Amino acid sequence: MSMITGAIVKRQERVAGYSRLTLQAEAVALNSRPGQFLHVRCGDTLDPLLRRPISIHAVDREKGEITLLYRVAGKGTALLSEKKEGERISLLGPLGRGFSMPAGTGGICVVAGGIGIAPLYFLLRELSRRKIYAAAFLGAPTGRQLICADEIKELGHTVFPATDDGSAGFHGTVAELFDLYSRIPADGCGGGGRHAGQPEPPGKPPFEMVYACGPKGMLKEVCEILSQANINGEIAFEERMGCGLGACLSCVCKTVDAEKGFRYRRTCVDGPVFPAGEVIWD
Amino acid sequence: MKCGQEPNLAVNVGGIRMKNPVTTASGTFGFGREYSSYLDLNRLGAVTVKGITLEPRAGNPVPRIVETPAGVLNSIGLQNPGVDRFLEEALPFLAAYNLPVIVNIAGDSVKDYAGLAARLDRAAGVAGLEVNVSCPNVKKGGMLFGCDPAATAEVTRAVKSSTDKPVIVKLSPNVTSITAVAEAAARAGADALSMINTLLGMAIDVRSRRPVLGNVMGGLSGPAVKPVAVRAVWQVYREVPLPIIGMGGITTAEDAVEFILAGAAAVAVGTASFINPPVAVEVLEGIEKYLCENGIGDVNELVGAAHRY
Repeated sequence: MSMITGAIVKRQERVAGYSRLTLQAEAVALNSRPGQFLHVRCGDTLDPLLRRPISIHAVDREKGEITLLYRVAGKGTALLSEKKEGERISLLGPLGRGFSMPAGTGGICVVAGGIGIAPLYFLLRELSRRKIYAAAFLGAPTGRQLICADEIKELGHTVFPATDDGSAGFHGTVAELFDLYSRIPADGCGGGGRHAGQPEPPGKPPFEMVYACGPKGMLKEVCEILSQANINGEIAFEERMGCGLGACLSCVCKTVDAEKGFRYRRTCVDGPVFPAGEVIWD
Repeated sequence: MKCGQEPNLAVNVGGIRMKNPVTTASGTFGFGREYSSYLDLNRLGAVTVKGITLEPRAGNPVPRIVETPAGVLNSIGLQNPGVDRFLEEALPFLAAYNLPVIVNIAGDSVKDYAGLAARLDRAAGVAGLEVNVSCPNVKKGGMLFGCDPAATAEVTRAVKSSTDKPVIVKLSPNVTSITAVAEAAARAGADALSMINTLLGMAIDVRSRRPVLGNVMGGLSGPAVKPVAVRAVWQVYREVPLPIIGMGGITTAEDAVEFILAGAAAVAVGTASFINPPVAVEVLEGIEKYLCENGIGDVNELVGAAHRY
């Protein structure tokens, strides 16, 4: 981890309230793992004051480039989305603990709600590089906001879309879709699947490992499904953050603790990825 | 402009000898280790660590932080591992550095503060104690010690009688007369004062129509509070003959110099470390440059200089 400045290498792509930003930042490109984030200085003045934690969406190790995908949601991200090619941005990172790579050969899936796809796409790229293919459940309010689906298909994964308004894929939440799918018996139908030239494991239930990121309500539902079905999972957690270095104790996540019942752990250094069974949802 | 002779930066804050006047504000710098890969801790005049209580504290529910214009509201709830684990796990890391460690202490009762002071009095590697009096006095219906001159004096006396180490009392700005509280701390034996702690504030989410912070109210810090802090240092410097560590929104060397001119013998960098982790060293270098450019041979000459205009 370090503090560096990265130059924007191409024009930001904006789709449906999201923005995709590519920066030249060799050290970050070489040292990042899926699930890690950068603490980004969005403006140059005292308002907005704090950095913004933004997931690493993809890296190109050869070119030394990194891509961030973020939702334009407030003052900081609005300023960031206006930055032009060539402008330099102060970055801290890569920060935090990322996802662990699957250990066995069982089915793998990811569940992404909205902008939750940002870190999971990086994970899917890494899985694909290791010839591991997953079922990718993507949820969004509308079909237009369903981002990254084509890129994920190109990586060899199988995409299962869900939209709140039913304009694309399953009409309902991504957690509901995942729940239905994960109940399909081992020899049942379903996507993911084994394709010629694609070694296992397929993204078919029973799942050995589930990775999720999205709004808290969705993560809570996914964790409940995992707990009932006794499936291992990891979730990337989001919380309002201060320093990003583990010092200020702002961004804590309530987690189980055998001795004390619960313990607040820091999303920035102990997370943002936590084992699904460790998070306590109040 | 190049300096002919390097200015003296060393200061003595109530018996704590610092090689320069820059320290860190408690709660913004963890136990130092968190920042150790972003700056050379040895460059600092002192490190002031996160507030410690006798027993471990879990802290407040989230959200614990919210940004406001040029500021930050926080309500962490003193999450800390307790004094024993602090001494076992956090302090040894800092002992490897050549810098005074100031330990911020907090409690629910006068007895808590005295107990902490006694426990830390025996700890090698602790240069001084900073007493956070902005805590509710559980026995007196939750009124903050620091809002009452008599309660501040009582805590100060209890700490002083439990340790031989220098005692700094950290003053709250959420009072009618900060000078009255400062005088009470001075009469009770404080060796130095630090000011200001955060300003009580809150923010409401207009979409959910609920307070943003889990604990409803929190402490405001950052550049937004700087004029309030400079004013507080100015007022107390005129009335109370104790060295002051000035803090509240310092992000640049100019901000630090402003505090020194108002009467601060040393300064602490707080919230700015969140945005720019090596900022404390940048502030130090800027102070040195300011002294050089203005032909001032000793930083101590600058303390309170604005009162002599």
